[in-house]
Amino acid sequence: MTTCSQQLKALHARTPERVAVYLQFSGREDLPITYDQLLQGANAYASTLRLAGIKPGNVVVLILQHGEDLIYAFWGTILYGAIPAIMPFLTEKLSPERYHADLATLVSVTKPSAIITYPEFEAEIQLTLSDEASSCSVLTIDRLAQKTALNFDSLAGFSRNPESIVLLQHSSGTTGLQKGVALSHQAVFNQLNAYGQSLDLNGSDVIVSWLPLYHDMGLIAGFIMPVLSGVPLVLSSPFDWVRAPYKLLQSISKYRGTLVWFPNFAYNFSAQKIRDRHIEGVDLSSLRAIINCSEPVRWESHQAFYERFKMYGMRLEMLQTSYAMAENVFSVTQSSLGGVPPVDEIDREAFMMEHVAKDSVEGQPSIKMMSSGKPISNVKVRILDEYGQELAERVVGEIALQSNSMLTGYYNRPDLSEKAFRDGWYLTGDYGYMANGELFVSGRKKDMIIVGGKNVYPQDLELLTYEVPGVHAGRSVAFGMFDETQGTEQVVIIAEVDSENMNDQQKVADAIRLHVTKNSAIALRYVKVVGPQWILKTSSGKTARSANKEKFMKELEEDK
Amino acid sequence: MSDTAEQLSTFIATTILKQPKRAIDDAEPLISNGLIDSFSLMDLALFVEDTFGVRLEDTELNADTFDNLTQLTSLIESRKK
Repeated sequence: MTTCSQQLKALHARTPERVAVYLQFSGREDLPITYDQLLQGANAYASTLRLAGIKPGNVVVLILQHGEDLIYAFWGTILYGAIPAIMPFLTEKLSPERYHADLATLVSVTKPSAIITYPEFEAEIQLTLSDEASSCSVLTIDRLAQKTALNFDSLAGFSRNPESIVLLQHSSGTTGLQKGVALSHQAVFNQLNAYGQSLDLNGSDVIVSWLPLYHDMGLIAGFIMPVLSGVPLVLSSPFDWVRAPYKLLQSISKYRGTLVWFPNFAYNFSAQKIRDRHIEGVDLSSLRAIINCSEPVRWESHQAFYERFKMYGMRLEMLQTSYAMAENVFSVTQSSLGGVPPVDEIDREAFMMEHVAKDSVEGQPSIKMMSSGKPISNVKVRILDEYGQELAERVVGEIALQSNSMLTGYYNRPDLSEKAFRDGWYLTGDYGYMANGELFVSGRKKDMIIVGGKNVYPQDLELLTYEVPGVHAGRSVAFGMFDETQGTEQVVIIAEVDSENMNDQQKVADAIRLHVTKNSAIALRYVKVVGPQWILKTSSGKTARSANKEKFMKELEEDK
Repeated sequence: MSDTAEQLSTFIATTILKQPKRAIDDAEPLISNGLIDSFSLMDLALFVEDTFGVRLEDTELNADTFDNLTQLTSLIESRKK
């Protein structure tokens, strides 16, 4: 068994001049980074950590934007034997106050020894740290250690064992930042071996990605896997992609890209927003797969994408699916490349009422479920009932898994780590069923909303709504509503106020939109402010999200 | 409010905010206040292109280039030929 540092050293020895990453920026030439440059750059960060007195095994939080520094700092931390955790950078959307609160949450649970960031950001981070009375050092990228010759023997990363933790992954929001998924070198390599096998990953592959590195899909499929497998990576940023999604297709064409990962909404977004003039001469025929992952996979989204780009060399069998989670490093299942993921047309009533996926009946309403593929070779999947008993084929239950790539635990949260497993099986919180060895994911146990691949906890949004003047605590409800056109969920917030006056309600709606967006970086699609007694409560006084969602959707339908 | 601003305002209220009755002031911050998120920026750019024949580059889709109707309107007017 190897470690990430040893693997990097081996790649460097074999092909130092091979390009590891082509880094893309809007309005600039692409920047190729060879393995030699990668290791030289990383080495400077390793030396910086050593000189700052950081110890191997300590956590180092990286607050850096898309770019060379993030890449070097990440691998430098690993070469030094410390544990990197990437935190999203402050965007103009998010209020600085909320960002500090999020950072304080992360610091209080994770207890990092250092934060690496930009000099402009240092003072603000120090402010958060002083509130937390943390002994964490802030290291800025303008004060790196002098470049020294690469000497692998001096790097503490080479004395880490495969069972030690290599990195932490957090999801966003107050809830997500409290549970850092800790992964070992061994877990990462077990995942890369099994996943690489099911993808038939090989030396002629080129991975093209715009996904953020603070999210598992971007970090593993769109960063660590290519770099450690010697597969070139063409990397742009989500910020640039959302403003110019056509550039990704141009990059596939230019670099002869073979593998891409997308959350479901990105298929719809690309199909709807890209104009022909943007992709003149683009040839997508080099692609082996665009893999749909991180939010519910939709057959309709694949169709729309295929129809839009078939003129450009897109074939339906290039569109694939996967079910993945950070707790398993990444992939749990993967559809078979070369084929089309099976679509299961099931009877809607049996599915809704009996939670069973029965074949559809002619003339009765049906649902088209698309497979997320078969478990990859190191993963076992079971569907369990509420008592932990395994369910039969085609019966919907909670998806549970066992593998040799599971998390070591939630960092510094033994309480959460213990709760995550039942009799040795990791409980995903997602619902689904198995049929012919294929996993069909059908929903979620928790009320979590997935917007554009990003997990959002409704309770976080409701708490923010209560901070808006005019809204009383307990009188707001947040939920996700699937949007066919966008291929993802959209966030709806309903809040009750005392006034029945339309103008007053409008003002509160604006205030909620502003406050929640600024404090969660989540865009709200519908903000509905209503008079007293609108929101339905359960007998125990709790807000019933699903009942309120039904009521909202009914009113929306009536308004049409 | 100019015709251009009027058309933009209607598009933003109806298509982006899904609140057709919502009035948008000329000076109301759109991007920095979270009214228009990054997904909708592209919709706005395509609407501007289709309606006024004016292209907005992807590097211009941020609050530094325009953040309210007045700024966006003058950007469009300056490029109309």
